[in-house]
Amino acid sequence: MKNEGCFQRLTMENIQTSENIKPPANRWLRRVKKIKSNMAGLIGVIIITGLIFIAVTADFISPYSYKEQDLDIMNSPPSMDHFMGTDEFGRDVFSRILHGSRISVYVGVVSVGLSVFIGVILGALAGYYGGWLDQCLSIVTDLTWSMPEILVALLLVAVVGAGIECVIIAIALTYWAQYARLIRGQILMLKNEIYVEATRSLGATDFTILFKHLFPNAIAPVIVAATIGIGQAIVLEATLGFLGMGAQPPMPSWGAMMSNGTAYLFISPWVIVFPGLAMMITVFGFNLFGDALVDIMDIREDTLK
Amino acid sequence: MWQFVLRRCLLMIPIFVVVSIIIFSLIHIVPGTPIDNLIGPGMTKAHEQQLVEKYDLDKPIPIQYFIWFKKMLHGDLGRSIIEKRPVTELLLHHLPYSLSLGLTAIVLSFVLGVSMGIISAAAKNTIFDHLAMLVALFGVTIPAFWLGLILILIFAVWLPWFPISGSGTLMSLVLPAITVGLGGAGLIARVTRVSMLEVASKDFIVMLHAKGLGKKAILLKHILRNALIPVITILGLRIGWVLGGTVTIEIVFGRPGLGQLLITGLFRRDYPVIQGAMLVLAMGIMMGTFLADILYAFTDPRVRDQHN
Repeated sequence: MKNEGCFQRLTMENIQTSENIKPPANRWLRRVKKIKSNMAGLIGVIIITGLIFIAVTADFISPYSYKEQDLDIMNSPPSMDHFMGTDEFGRDVFSRILHGSRISVYVGVVSVGLSVFIGVILGALAGYYGGWLDQCLSIVTDLTWSMPEILVALLLVAVVGAGIECVIIAIALTYWAQYARLIRGQILMLKNEIYVEATRSLGATDFTILFKHLFPNAIAPVIVAATIGIGQAIVLEATLGFLGMGAQPPMPSWGAMMSNGTAYLFISPWVIVFPGLAMMITVFGFNLFGDALVDIMDIREDTLK
Repeated sequence: MWQFVLRRCLLMIPIFVVVSIIIFSLIHIVPGTPIDNLIGPGMTKAHEQQLVEKYDLDKPIPIQYFIWFKKMLHGDLGRSIIEKRPVTELLLHHLPYSLSLGLTAIVLSFVLGVSMGIISAAAKNTIFDHLAMLVALFGVTIPAFWLGLILILIFAVWLPWFPISGSGTLMSLVLPAITVGLGGAGLIARVTRVSMLEVASKDFIVMLHAKGLGKKAILLKHILRNALIPVITILGLRIGWVLGGTVTIEIVFGRPGLGQLLITGLFRRDYPVIQGAMLVLAMGIMMGTFLADILYAFTDPRVRDQHN
């Protein structure tokens, strides 16, 4: 029995040697095992775990406070004391990057979580019931999909206002349609399967069929897209911050740090270089992990487009 | 075929109307009015009222929309409330900068992306493949505005080859175009690679090998040509993405394009300017998807025949 999933054909031989049949291992457990053999995925996991660790422990591991100003050492280059240099107020860039990871992780996870929540529910209902809900959803998803994210997000930030909560809402509203599209396609494909009919004939309600039976089978591509989406959301947050519409000072966010740093690009480039590197590594990690998930969860690549 | 083109053209009209409604209504939900920025010391309530009436801000939003839409059909997008110039004039002034940047970036991402994709697919699983895909992955993951700043730092400050900002010369187009184009190139390289590998495993390619055709001829003439169809689709659909990229990059490089117009408009709540800029950007995206559909129909006989 090679890698044929958890189904085993019930032939006479199988029944006769039934003591040889092991119950299929939990599929999530199998997936966890699989990631160990995936080098790129492993790097992704390490980066993401590191990021979360930094975000949680930023207060303890950062050498300086993120808002403490020391005007004697304004714009000083990387040195033994401040190995990523200091910014225009003499604040330690390294400590600010560590603290800035909090906003990135927070915005990335919460905004993507929110958009997955909205998208998955609407998409699943649209795929399952069809009709006018599906029509409306198709129009909205087509429209938002062809609009550049940054434009949609900019408009939405203009509507809901600047500040971190507003940025989260704007990003969630920018991204939800893509998850709705994904799950809708999956549900459409799965809802005519025989096991659905069987469950229905046993008297299951629509709700049970949709959320207990179809859902676990349809969610894998959404998880992959959401993983990569967190990386994209972090970049979007930073871009909005760079344009002056993100978190408000003195909260350090990577985007805002770079935005302030532009004025001092020629004097103290380290203020811009290091937050950007931090962000690049982060996004890189989420992308590697997402790509690895495609293999681990046996998803066909074209379902993701 | 022409029927298909015509039908596709007509389809753009309702989309345009819907997009214009969305843009208009979103902007008008924004709390605060542009008048707030105009009110100076010594202005009376009567003055304020006069301004509100002048820009039709006292009328219900649907009525405001119809006034705006009707004028738009005559090529009048209103006057900028802050700059006091016709929006059409502002758009025409800023559009060439965005257009030149956008087109260069698209060409660059296509050429760069397809070449990287070909190298990757031809040398599958070699060091070249991994290298090209790593570059592609970086292209997708690097935040564009940061890349722009780093390019300025390296190629304009440390090595004074290109101007730091501005828009006058051809040289000033190089760095922004690379910045915007690299992200697109990464995406296109990945799509080209996957698509070429898929075509390469088809039976007719095996047949060509059996006939004794040279490897190079098969790769460039047969595999690439078939593999480009999804690439063209992605390119067309992602024109919006390139346009979105130009918005931020224009700020980084100080190019007076549509992006700069839009961002300053957003900060000053200059409704007519925001609407105009958004509308032009949306039209660019619509044209992109339109061209992609038409090109798709021309390159793929199966789609073409379906419509005949």
